Amino acid sequence: MRLFKYEKSKSVLVFLAVTLLILLWSNQSGSITLAPAISFMVLFGIPLYFMKPMPIFTSGGDRLARYLFVAACSFIFIFLIAPILIIVPLSFNVEPYFTFTTGMLNFEASAFSLRWYEDIVRNGMMAPDAVTGWWSDMWNNAQWIRSARNSFFIATIAAFIATTLGTIAALGLSRPEMPYRALITSLLISPMIVPLVITATGMFFFYSDIGLAKTYTGVILAHATLGIPFVIITVTATLSGFDRSLIKASQSLGAHGWMTFRRVIMPLIMPGMISGGLFAFITSLDEVVAVIFIADVEQRTIPRQMFSGIREQISPTILAVATILVLISIALLTVMELLRRRSERMRGLTPG
Amino acid sequence: MSQETIAIEDSSSLKKRLANAMKIQRRRALLLTMPLVIFLIISFVIPIGQLLWNSVYNPTVSNVVPNFAIAIQQWDGQGLPSEEVFETFVSDLVVAKKNREIGKTVGNLATRINYALPGSRSLFTSTARKANKISAPYKEGLIALNKKWSNPQLWLSLQRNAKDFTPAFYMAALDLKYDDQGNVVQADKLYQIYMNNFFKTFKLSALITFICMLLAYPIAYVLSTLPLRQSNLLMILVLLPFWTSLLVRTTSWMAILGTRGVANEVLVYLGIIAEDGRIQMIYNQTGTIVAMVHILLPFMILPLYSVMKTINPTYMKAAVSMGAKPSYALRKVYWPLTIPGLAAGSLLVFILAIGYYITPALVGGADGTLISNLIAGHIQKSLNWSLGAALATILLGAVLILYWLYNKLVGVDNIKFG
Repeated sequence: MRLFKYEKSKSVLVFLAVTLLILLWSNQSGSITLAPAISFMVLFGIPLYFMKPMPIFTSGGDRLARYLFVAACSFIFIFLIAPILIIVPLSFNVEPYFTFTTGMLNFEASAFSLRWYEDIVRNGMMAPDAVTGWWSDMWNNAQWIRSARNSFFIATIAAFIATTLGTIAALGLSRPEMPYRALITSLLISPMIVPLVITATGMFFFYSDIGLAKTYTGVILAHATLGIPFVIITVTATLSGFDRSLIKASQSLGAHGWMTFRRVIMPLIMPGMISGGLFAFITSLDEVVAVIFIADVEQRTIPRQMFSGIREQISPTILAVATILVLISIALLTVMELLRRRSERMRGLTPG
Repeated sequence: MSQETIAIEDSSSLKKRLANAMKIQRRRALLLTMPLVIFLIISFVIPIGQLLWNSVYNPTVSNVVPNFAIAIQQWDGQGLPSEEVFETFVSDLVVAKKNREIGKTVGNLATRINYALPGSRSLFTSTARKANKISAPYKEGLIALNKKWSNPQLWLSLQRNAKDFTPAFYMAALDLKYDDQGNVVQADKLYQIYMNNFFKTFKLSALITFICMLLAYPIAYVLSTLPLRQSNLLMILVLLPFWTSLLVRTTSWMAILGTRGVANEVLVYLGIIAEDGRIQMIYNQTGTIVAMVHILLPFMILPLYSVMKTINPTYMKAAVSMGAKPSYALRKVYWPLTIPGLAAGSLLVFILAIGYYITPALVGGADGTLISNLIAGHIQKSLNWSLGAALATILLGAVLILYWLYNKLVGVDNIKFG
């Protein structure tokens, strides 16, 4: 009877029994189909998996409410994450479609291939099968590689500008004696709020007038502008927990301004600065509207290439690129999480 | 007695010195923000200011036919302008014909008047070709060339557009026009595209915000109540989409929602819909709504989560211990405490939604596009920059009002990510 110690075990048994019944019933109706059983298992199994055992005195209504709540949450989480996971297997499709083939569903090896990943480096090359000079050909001519180089170049410089200026401004904003704080903060956050089309259009006209349109400088300036709000938000958040008496302590021990900044303030706000910089970096890496308006073919970035790829010829190469981008975001997210923990440890909060 | 005066003097000078010191401190703090403020003014504020300027600035007519632009202002609008006005017009046209400078050609003038009076484009270009052959009397000569020149509407429109600043683009953006008597009236039902598009944008954004609210509330609740280890794990499911490229997410929704996409395949496989009854879920409003809810959901979850995190769980326990049913306690205790977070998230999502461009452009089709797409169309395709600028200004006004509201209700320094 140990099996029935938890309410959940009972539910699991009922669940399995019903699944079996459905299977038997669909067998009976002539054509053998797994569909009803699978949908039942997905619909009820997932919430059941996440249900926690409830006290014995819980009423039936409460149980039902709790169950519906867990079910709703499970499906919302699936809604959030499924679109990101689903492109990974699709990018290995041997066929040029955006959908799962029968072969893929049966896990046949022949249904999977790396051809779209190959296409990333080969598309646009002069001689994709040449032996000599393959690397330089790929580096200089392959479309996606060129876009990737542009993207990383632009994003690195834009993030650097945004982080430097943003951190200095955040240091000012977080001082208690800062005048017009609300006004200036709302100005500095506004690039995030103003619709991108408006920003990009304005920049297009203005940068055309001063000769910055269709140049790297123009795109970098635009991306630095769009990254600034994220730096301001993250760095001021770090500074809000900053103990200002540390500055006084350092000054009383004889350190002057720069020394205090370098040895006391900087190490403490470093995690915030890096995550702000990463935010600015990924904002630039992901930005496409400003690039559409301001950049020329020469400054084409990965998102710009994806945008025209989606509009003109839908090829699974886009899915392969998307999978690589997801991996990059996972890497950045991990770095952010590590930084957050480090910053919490340094500020004496309990680590997560 | 004398001691008291000294004390007063001392304290006042101390006050002064303190005020001075504070002033220096304030100036220093302000100075730190200055590099960024100047950077933003150059790279962001001036460009947008110039855009606003473009929406009222209308130099075409006075650029192409400068003397005529001055002369026509004397006309009272009754019948046809005088012979002198016609003469300056023809002589200006002869000069303009030779001009090749962008913005100052007859073609530009023709395009500009064509916005106001559709179908009048060729009138200008063909007349300009023969303008040097017209001799006095100019009025009769011009009308003999083309009978359309005897239409007072044309001259009224030229007079209106000869001014350097015009409300015409805002009128077009608000679906208004001048009638034959020169009064401002609503455009014909068929041409009322812009207001309809604004309404559609607001309606869809409100719907998206509402769906985000429904989906974010339970998620934020779960994240804020679970033990830290589990909630951190689940937080990844929220933050990963947040960090993933917008285009990646839009692409994957195309793979899911297409007629041959994953969602339709699953429904067909399960026998819920027939093979030939596949649902059109993309390139319409459904596609826009689903993809935008997915993209904007983290912006609702994160502010809600940070508010729910601060709610002490003992409040709910106290309510239940005093006899409230869980649902009643939820409604009367928990819900009111979460309203700040809900307001912050909704305003943020709504502000971001009304300005959205990329996702509607890719998955919206004809039906699911928003006002941003219309603006981009005017800037990139139809090249009616001034109308695009006027539409952009109206949208910007709406966003700034909401942003001001956000500042009032939430405070701009309360935006947080993770």
